[in-house]
Amino acid sequence: MSRKSFRQAINEALRQEMRRDPTVVLMGEDVAGGRGGSAGVTDAWGGVLGVTKGLLEEFGDTRVLDTPITEASYIGAAAGAAVTGLRPVAELMFVDFVGSCLDQIMNQAAKFRYMFGGKARTPLVIRAMYGAGFNAAAQHSQALYPLFTHIPGLKVVVPSSAYEAKGLLISAIRDDDPVIFLENKVMYDDEDEVPDEAYTIPLGEANLTREGDDVTIVAFGRMVGLANQAADRLEKKGISCTVIDPRTTSPLDRETILECVADTGRLVIVDESSPRCNMATDIAALVAEEAFDTLRAPIRRVVPPHTPVPFATVLETLYLPSVEKIEAAVTATMNHRVVEKV
Amino acid sequence: MAQDIIPITMPKFGLAMTEGKIAGWMAPADTDIKTGDELVDIETSKITNTFESPVTGRLRRQVAANGEMLPVGALIGVVADAAVPDADIDAFITRFQADFAATSGGADADAPADEPVMVTVGNHTLRVHDRGEGEETPLVLIHGFGGDLKNWMLNHAALAQGRRVIAFDLPGHGGSSKDVGPGTLAFFAEVTAQLLAHLGLERVHVLGHSLGGGIALTLAHTAPKSVASLTLVAPAGLGQQINMEFINGFIEADRVRTLQDVLKYLVHDKSLIGRRMADDVLRYKRLDGAEAALRTISAACFPNGRQGDDLRPVLESASLPITVIWGREDEILPAAEAENLPAGIVRHILPDIGHMPQLEAASTFNTLVTDFIKSPDLVKTA
Repeated sequence: MSRKSFRQAINEALRQEMRRDPTVVLMGEDVAGGRGGSAGVTDAWGGVLGVTKGLLEEFGDTRVLDTPITEASYIGAAAGAAVTGLRPVAELMFVDFVGSCLDQIMNQAAKFRYMFGGKARTPLVIRAMYGAGFNAAAQHSQALYPLFTHIPGLKVVVPSSAYEAKGLLISAIRDDDPVIFLENKVMYDDEDEVPDEAYTIPLGEANLTREGDDVTIVAFGRMVGLANQAADRLEKKGISCTVIDPRTTSPLDRETILECVADTGRLVIVDESSPRCNMATDIAALVAEEAFDTLRAPIRRVVPPHTPVPFATVLETLYLPSVEKIEAAVTATMNHRVVEKV
Repeated sequence: MAQDIIPITMPKFGLAMTEGKIAGWMAPADTDIKTGDELVDIETSKITNTFESPVTGRLRRQVAANGEMLPVGALIGVVADAAVPDADIDAFITRFQADFAATSGGADADAPADEPVMVTVGNHTLRVHDRGEGEETPLVLIHGFGGDLKNWMLNHAALAQGRRVIAFDLPGHGGSSKDVGPGTLAFFAEVTAQLLAHLGLERVHVLGHSLGGGIALTLAHTAPKSVASLTLVAPAGLGQQINMEFINGFIEADRVRTLQDVLKYLVHDKSLIGRRMADDVLRYKRLDGAEAALRTISAACFPNGRQGDDLRPVLESASLPITVIWGREDEILPAAEAENLPAGIVRHILPDIGHMPQLEAASTFNTLVTDFIKSPDLVKTA
């Protein structure tokens, strides 16, 4: 056990699973990175943000494969490799690039088990980074987990810390279904206590990072940390919050969300993906349908506006949910008064 | 003058950058530079960038050498007017480095670490928490099935007043390695003896809880000279009965909700078992090899759903001070086993307490243990 960054936790999960299982292979644009070529560089940098650094040296270029810049071909190859006996971890770099290979994910990998009468296994993991706050502009900043959540046959993981990332990635690799594993690019240097050993966190069980009586906050990925900070500040003002990290958007731990909402009667959802048809609307619908009678105030969503992610730093900051916005939403639900109908 | 000396520090090129390597100085030392001049190439985990001078002046020193890796904010060079004496620049560098080391937490070595450490004993790596010091005979704490160091969170510091008290995670548990060999009491007693030898402890008081009580008794049998006294807390080995719903439920639960229900068997006051506690146990149970270790131990120690080891003969023949502490409402191992103990063994049966008196009645527990090991022989003859 020691403090490790989000980046190190992911690297360690990949390394330990590659040691444990020779069928685990990595592929993607620059997962080895910068090796060979006319410049004769030998020190591979392991991905654009160094997440896969060192894996080429340990496992060699038959298991760490740099691919051409053609998402359609290598994501398709990874899906094919998965149904024929390997356990590939393909990296899409920025999740925004999914447009180039959506058929391979949506119509192929996600459908194999169903179309082949349950006889096909597709143990495929697709890693990609998501999220705004990195000054990477509109084509490299989206939070597209709702897109994958929409597609039956995919599991979708959005880890909220280094500890969570390692355990969830190992579970994803050992899982026999295609899993989309999304890493918030702003979090790579965030540190946490992470065991040195391999461990698994089940896909589909929510985690409660705070327990309180007044308001339930559901948050995803990096938003969990912001929600925790908001909850800690609100605690000092006498408002106690439960914070739920669903860990996976698919499957979604509906039971835990409904239980906590029944306990608190108030719900705030924090989601950094575009506000139409996102996880916040999904959970709002769930609670409206299944737990309407337990609500003591309208559901509040803390979400960005329906625009591309701005590049200008001030606008990007304004675009994203923040601790202050979460605090304001929680306070608003607390101040809501039900008016008796005459 | 100090105000004419300008530090050049490791820049932060992007949010992800925490450190950078000096790939090569572009500006030679002792040359005049102006704002925007190419100063030095810096390599990060992502990219190599040319750092342009933020100031105008004479580059008096290249503090960082080519190839050196430094954190963001570290001093890499010094710019000052040619008139500033070398001694002033040396003094400036010394002061800067001292301040930087202090604020970045690099010089924190003198604080004694009161933290568990990893110790290699034979084929096993054990997480050991060694606390307290003093002339008194040290005390060793042995936890039970599925437990770990944290079982003693309300006791360890209190017991370690003026005495060295060592707690550790048994193989297969907590932060220790997960190989449990045959998973028998004899195996765990042997590892405990090896740990004592490794720590240079010839003779210790031994306190064992539940399965750890069985291990303590086995150790007293196999290595009697190393055991000064035995404190047995709801110990295994004194009867056949064992709550297998707890054992099997503990092994199988992989969700917070199911585990929380299982953990309630451990205490009389069920409100003590929160989600947090269950989550903490799950962090251990999720580790590769943990579940297999628990299954091996269960098969070895509880064959056919009953306790396989009868340690009453050890208790009866032992010639050392022994005390037994048990919660009357224990739902794992019945407190009734504490009846018919050999004469001279002092029993403390705590009302309204379950299987974990060290948690549910921590202060009573700490007093009983401290009083006993302070003068164990006196109690023996009482």
